Amino acid sequence: MASVTMTVNGKSVSGDVEGRTLMSDFLRNDLRLTGTHIGCDTSQCGACVIHVNGEAVKSCTMFAVEADGAEVATIEGQANTDGSLNVIQQAFQDHHGLQCGFCTPGMVMSAAALLKDNPKPSEAEVRAYLEGNICRCTGYHNIVKAIMAASGQDVPAVAAE
Amino acid sequence: MYAFEIERPSTIADAVKALSDEDAQALGGGQTLIPTLKQRLAMPATLVSLTGIGEMQGVCAGDNGEVCVGGATNHATVAAETAASYPGLSGLAGHIGDPAVRNRGTVGGSLANNDPSACYPAAALGSGATIITNTRQIAADDYFQGLFETALEEGEVITEVRFPVPEKSHYEKFVQPASRFALVGVFVAKYADGVRVAVTGASENGVFRWTEAEAALASDFSAGALDGLTVPADSMIADLHGSSDYRAHLVKVMTGRAVTAAA
Amino acid sequence: MPKDGGIGASTTRREDVRFLTGKGNYTADINSFGQAAAVFVRSTVAHGVIKSIDTMAAAEMPGVLAIFTGEDFVDVGGNPAGWLINSRDGEPMKEPKRPVLAHGKVRHVGDAYAAVIAETEQQARDAAEEIIADIEELPAIVDMAAALAGDAYVHDEIATNQCFDWGWIEDNRAATDEAIKNAPHVTTLELINNRLVPNAMEPRASIGTYDAAGDSYLLHTTSQNPHLTRLLLSAFVMGIPENKLTVIAPDVGGGFGSKIYHYGEEALVLAAAKKVGRPVKWVADRTESFLTDAHGRDHVTKIELACEKDGTFIAFRTETLANVGAYLSNFSTATPTFLHGTLIAGNYTVPNVYVNVKAVFTNTAPVDAYRGAGRPEATYSVERVIDMAARELGIDPVEIRRKNFIKPDQFPFGTAAGLEYDSGNYDALMDKMEAIVDRKAFEERRKQSEANGKMRGLGINAYVEACGIAPSNLVGVLGGRVGLYDAATVRVNATGNLSVMVGAHSHGQGHETVFPQIVGEMLGIDPQSVDIVHGDTSKIPFGMGTYGSRSLAVCGSAVVRATEKIIAKAKKIAAHMLEAAADDLEFTDGQFTVKGTDKSVSFGEVALKAYIPHEFPIEDIEPGLEETAFYDPANFTYPSGAYACEVEVDPDTGKVTIERFTACDDFGNVMNPMIVSGQVQGGVVQGIGQALLENTTYDENGQLLSASYMDYVMPRADDLPLIAVDHSDGTPCTHNPLGAKGCGEGGAIGSPPTVVNAVIDALQSGGKNVTHIDMPLTPARVWAAMNNA
Repeated sequence: MASVTMTVNGKSVSGDVEGRTLMSDFLRNDLRLTGTHIGCDTSQCGACVIHVNGEAVKSCTMFAVEADGAEVATIEGQANTDGSLNVIQQAFQDHHGLQCGFCTPGMVMSAAALLKDNPKPSEAEVRAYLEGNICRCTGYHNIVKAIMAASGQDVPAVAAE
Repeated sequence: MYAFEIERPSTIADAVKALSDEDAQALGGGQTLIPTLKQRLAMPATLVSLTGIGEMQGVCAGDNGEVCVGGATNHATVAAETAASYPGLSGLAGHIGDPAVRNRGTVGGSLANNDPSACYPAAALGSGATIITNTRQIAADDYFQGLFETALEEGEVITEVRFPVPEKSHYEKFVQPASRFALVGVFVAKYADGVRVAVTGASENGVFRWTEAEAALASDFSAGALDGLTVPADSMIADLHGSSDYRAHLVKVMTGRAVTAAA
Repeated sequence: MPKDGGIGASTTRREDVRFLTGKGNYTADINSFGQAAAVFVRSTVAHGVIKSIDTMAAAEMPGVLAIFTGEDFVDVGGNPAGWLINSRDGEPMKEPKRPVLAHGKVRHVGDAYAAVIAETEQQARDAAEEIIADIEELPAIVDMAAALAGDAYVHDEIATNQCFDWGWIEDNRAATDEAIKNAPHVTTLELINNRLVPNAMEPRASIGTYDAAGDSYLLHTTSQNPHLTRLLLSAFVMGIPENKLTVIAPDVGGGFGSKIYHYGEEALVLAAAKKVGRPVKWVADRTESFLTDAHGRDHVTKIELACEKDGTFIAFRTETLANVGAYLSNFSTATPTFLHGTLIAGNYTVPNVYVNVKAVFTNTAPVDAYRGAGRPEATYSVERVIDMAARELGIDPVEIRRKNFIKPDQFPFGTAAGLEYDSGNYDALMDKMEAIVDRKAFEERRKQSEANGKMRGLGINAYVEACGIAPSNLVGVLGGRVGLYDAATVRVNATGNLSVMVGAHSHGQGHETVFPQIVGEMLGIDPQSVDIVHGDTSKIPFGMGTYGSRSLAVCGSAVVRATEKIIAKAKKIAAHMLEAAADDLEFTDGQFTVKGTDKSVSFGEVALKAYIPHEFPIEDIEPGLEETAFYDPANFTYPSGAYACEVEVDPDTGKVTIERFTACDDFGNVMNPMIVSGQVQGGVVQGIGQALLENTTYDENGQLLSASYMDYVMPRADDLPLIAVDHSDGTPCTHNPLGAKGCGEGGAIGSPPTVVNAVIDALQSGGKNVTHIDMPLTPARVWAAMNNA
């Protein structure tokens, strides 16, 4: 067992973990932050995306001890301080960018990482950036629209909508 | 996963020492190793994490104009920091996996694993890179020795990779749409003294140089120079995503596109 | 009017807030005090005889609490098929037992033959590796034709691999054969409807809890229909009395059909919870999902279309082999029959239809309903062969369809495949689609693509489907073993807010938002004052859950009926309060008013009176304001659509790029257009996935080669364009109170043939003589087809 200490959503946390404890398991089981989801075993689906030191990573493919000392952000820390949805979350609701909600935390965290580096992405850039996040419900249409809207850009128009 | 300990050394020397234990294994970004561990396909007693070693991080310019990349540098960093100095390498690094994978996966991890469909081996072989380890320097032409096989000895650590910068280069990747590895990827680099063409994803023997194309392109660096060439299908990978014939065909198509796009 | 939008408003979803902030409550998120972990030991061979299972060493491993094998369940029942199909000769289908854990034989890779319960999941995994099973491997039965021809059986006790040989409609067979024999033109197409893995992003999970004090059980599970799961567990599998078993499906992360069914893991965690006296939790990893979730499709079909030289359809005839896998999943026999054969008339007045389906057992995962369930298979066959016939006859693909469409004035229309379509306007849908596509402009786009070295194609398609499967009386005659109603209880609380308990269960469809829109509209109150309760059998009436695009048309209708009862009772109370006759009251905007006067009481005042019944006519009216309705539809509903897809094909690589996609659908009346658009877009993309990407492949040994996201190709954002949708001005369903059809599956039904038709059009326009490619149209397959042409 190893002791780890890190900052998660602005709060300092510690725990004792095994070497094999994944970051996602530490969040879900030790910290009970179950908004970070596990959808696959192969680092493909992206439901577990969090930020470690400001970078998007797949928390199912990183050990908790590797985050020792890091600044970690998860979906639970994304809302505004008054509890209201942040710009990205609000855009997802406004544009129906989620259905079952399971991939959603990873989508929101990926979107946040994208917009940090690229505040006005094109539609193609949004789509390319989401290649590590799988959604089975939405066909991505409204996710793309939500991220465009969250970046303050016009949402692409398609016929008859 | 089976149980194991993780060590996080901060120097190469400590890492090498930790890896001298029989059941120790190096951990780079873990983007391939961790899924393998989840399937219980590996049983290390200790994982030695290399990502906390400062002297293995980052990109710099070498004495002879090479781009030098620390072995534990992640793909996103390489993509960002070589955009001006070596756009072909930057483009390759910027299309490995997906953004979150690129924030973790490392050049040393990729080259040490030598997955036959990984992108980095094409860059290293296509650039005639030098793989620097804690004990020696290995030319890329000597380094890749077949499927998941390399010249690395037990416990040897890739500390740095030096890429000679070509006049023009490009990596053209036909993506395997599930894994996001290369179904076929071709790295083309034009140097003053010749052209190198390295192919990944295609061969059952791992990354290889397409020497006929190199010869043809040396005298005429255009896609048209490949017209008369064919790639034999006999040692090509055949799987769900494409037959060996298809892969052989794609090698030529991707090579042509890489040449056309080379900058 | 409701304050934030009633019926027809694109109200944003209230459930989104918890999902967007990480506060969703999925089964895997639930942890209980003292919880133990279950891990299943699964067959690595497709077919084998279990000679022995030695659990001695495993039982001694650290943390192990219990080990189960098939022996522990020989005395309990099997997981049954929900629909009896009779073969053409009148013989009932073969129904081999589906045990909780494999017993005697393992029948597919992933078939669980043991389970370990331990303190932690890792300890259970460690122990599972110590279980020594002597399994004598048998040759795998994978190919359906070989399965029917061979003399080795998946289930030895039935001595055949044919589950049934179904004819629909058997009495029409001779006439159809005769019509095809005499027809001026017959187009024949042999095709494969590729096997798909549903891939809800949330893997299945179950937690069993046993309360010794009450001898009662609690199951948390990833289910689309908790009451059905409870019924199956109680009446068939475990024999636990229904009143001793509560099934809770909390937030469910997608289903697409795969979470309709009861699975053995649910029974195991309940048995284990009782045995070890602690909650027992199991969460599938993705590989388990690939190996054991019920798969979809997997038909091999020959379809013939007979027509006049002018394109008038004379007959459709199909022969299909439908893979049911190793065991019958709950709806696996209904899916390739009554949800498939009945749709082979499509949108057309064709006078003759005959469908033959042979269902085949193989050593593969069970196959059952997956988004669309039978109707995508029907639409694909019909719309592909029509496209091929149009090409052979030199008739425009839009025109040949219009020529044969059922016209608006022909509804209700009884089809040659035995259904009565209540409403529709297929020409209007085609008009809308053509207006959006602008075929003249398409020709310009085609030229532009050609100039860029690409081949461009336009594929079109018309579909009709049948959803909200019903009525119970009819399905009972046809072999259905369940009722197909749904139920709702509307509870008006004393202070005027409402709890509505529904039998449907959302796994992404937005019920928590839409049902309140309906109730709010009907009662003239703010929908925000209405909360939905679902997913908990101890709280909701017995409803059949969510699948087959039924939630709105069936459960929504039950909500309407229950709300009507509320209004009727409230009116009586209001009449008493206003000292007027109930018939003299009108109810608008949440106010009961004596007609022609300004005397009124609000709905909220009536609610309070119902619960504080002072000065209340107790002898005439019961206190309280709570009503339940069960709604059993008179017919299916029949959504329809006209779709168009434009693709570019790269001649050098065979890669297909979707450039544009247009979906014009008729879902009848639409409650929340935003949500409906989302359903269409999601369905279309699943159909695009089937058409271009998704490649479930078993090798000859029955090993699933595409058992992870490293090989199974899921659609991703960068594979797709924006999807243009139009579902305005639908023709209302004539037999349910909302006039609603069902929008969950149309996209997945209409899109696969549209995409394939587009690719064939592109190849033909590029001079390649390719008439058909089986899905998925991967670059490698398209390239091979081009180069063999």
